Amino acid sequence: MTGKAHCYKRDHINTDEIIPARYLNMDKESDLAKHAMEDIDADFLNKVKDGDIIVAGEDFGCGSSREHAVWALRGAGIRAVVADTFARIFYRNCINNGFLAIECKHINDKVDSGDELTIDIENGIIINSSKNEQYKFLAIPGFAREIIDAGGLLNHIAGKVK
Amino acid sequence: MGSTITEKILAAHSGRDSVKPGELINAEIDVIMCHDVTTTPAIDMLAEKGLSKVAYPERVVVMPDHFVPNKDIQSAEMVAKIRRWAKEQGIEQFYELGRHGVCHALLPEQGHVRPGTTIICGDSHTSTHGALGAFSTGVGSTDLAATLVTGELWFKVPETILFRLTGKLGKGVYSKDVILEIIRRIGVDGALYKTMEFTGELIDDLSVEARMTICNMAIEAGGKSGIINPDQKTIDYVKARTDEPFELLYSDPDAEYSQIIDIDVSELEPIVAFPHLPSNGKPVSQVGEILIDQAYLGSCTNGRIEDLRVAAEIMKNKKVAKNTRMIVVPATTDIWKQANKEGLLDIFMDAGATVSSPTCGACLGGHMGILAAGERCISSTNRNFVGRMGSPKSEVYLGSPATVAASAIEGKIADPRKYL
Ligand code: SF4
Repeated sequence: MTGKAHCYKRDHINTDEIIPARYLNMDKESDLAKHAMEDIDADFLNKVKDGDIIVAGEDFGCGSSREHAVWALRGAGIRAVVADTFARIFYRNCINNGFLAIECKHINDKVDSGDELTIDIENGIIINSSKNEQYKFLAIPGFAREIIDAGGLLNHIAGKVK
Repeated sequence: MGSTITEKILAAHSGRDSVKPGELINAEIDVIMCHDVTTTPAIDMLAEKGLSKVAYPERVVVMPDHFVPNKDIQSAEMVAKIRRWAKEQGIEQFYELGRHGVCHALLPEQGHVRPGTTIICGDSHTSTHGALGAFSTGVGSTDLAATLVTGELWFKVPETILFRLTGKLGKGVYSKDVILEIIRRIGVDGALYKTMEFTGELIDDLSVEARMTICNMAIEAGGKSGIINPDQKTIDYVKARTDEPFELLYSDPDAEYSQIIDIDVSELEPIVAFPHLPSNGKPVSQVGEILIDQAYLGSCTNGRIEDLRVAAEIMKNKKVAKNTRMIVVPATTDIWKQANKEGLLDIFMDAGATVSSPTCGACLGGHMGILAAGERCISSTNRNFVGRMGSPKSEVYLGSPATVAASAIEGKIADPRKYL
């Protein structure tokens, strides 16, 4: 997959920033998307195009367990988040939704907003065609890959419980 | 080589003799707690997939708390949906308004937390219940949905950091100050993916409630869970609330930890965490003059009876400062009733504070005490992110109930020690 990078040169971007709690009385991706990132980037929705990628520093998605954070980003058109590290619950929520969260050390220093990134999951590399660079990332663990490939945790378990 | 309490609980719940950090397991879940915000989407996604049958209704405890009493029509619809669903599924443990409370205060209070068990909830502060020797962790709505229909959930066995806390707390210093100090030292991701196990003389001295405050905020250091080995206080607390049996598991002396951190709390001062991270702690003596518009006493971190007692002791026969307002939110109905019986609510109201029904309310910027742009709040809650309690241009400072009470009286962030 290929998309344009939106960089937040920061660590600890938290779930209250991704989707403020005042909007937690809704849960549709299209409704949440209207407020994605609004407290740190009022222009977010106008900038993002379907297929884009967020790039950030350490501990992305820290704070609350609200899966609304993943839905808001996906609803806005974001297809993957690449960060130095992720907060645990956010990372789980991404996998469980079949949404790509990729840990790639020092990505935050290397990529700038507007760069065109291609994520090659099979080979564990991100290609930055704007800068002519490549970055290696840690392969997504097999178990997580199975969930992502199934399209999320509920699809993955569906066979077991039906 | 021995195992930690967390490894033992996870092994016992995944049908293994032992587990090691890094292993992926499916663990049987004993208690599934459901609140209003994250449960509604879980119900919807199950219905969408045609997976609507809850596997073990008797393990599910439902407690709407975030936007109750219902804040608006959307919140009312959410709770109505959960209520219908619980009925359909034969879930009997439902805490209706009038018996309600903030989930992490209500769950242990009503005897649903037992040592050696596994607990999940779609809420990050689920780490609270580790204070009673359980493995308890926050998850998202999809995890919650999957657990509801299978009774189990996947985990990577976490590494554990051991915090050995020694020394006695000085007057006016509480477990809240200890956990703020720990987060100040290790940072908001200092325990990322890991379990924080707390032990030592300090923990032995603390009440079960005070221990909950520490485990509650493990997530603010990125932790997967917080945990404390059970002792006689734990056993007494649990037995007073439930007849259900439980198994006492303990960390072995030769258990392996990824890190051991020793902290002597003897010299610790009250800590105030500055905006906009819980790790921005400063000793109260170095705070300087910070005027406040609102003082908030409540939440799953510090809205328990002991917290209200400490604050009331400080506020007795005093007034909330001019230009400052104070909101007191007892965390559960029983705490509210007890505080009323002890005359604590009168003390707060005579001082000019207002007392609300139990709710998460303003802790997450939901309702009942939202901050305007430019306003500052000293709060006994756990999180001071941008916009957490209202406007993204407001500021939240975190402190103990005593610090909140002293600050309310002075209208600026104040040292509680002079009032005790
Ligand atoms: S009181 Fe605050 S931190 Fe605790 S569960 Fe409610 S919203 Fe979350």
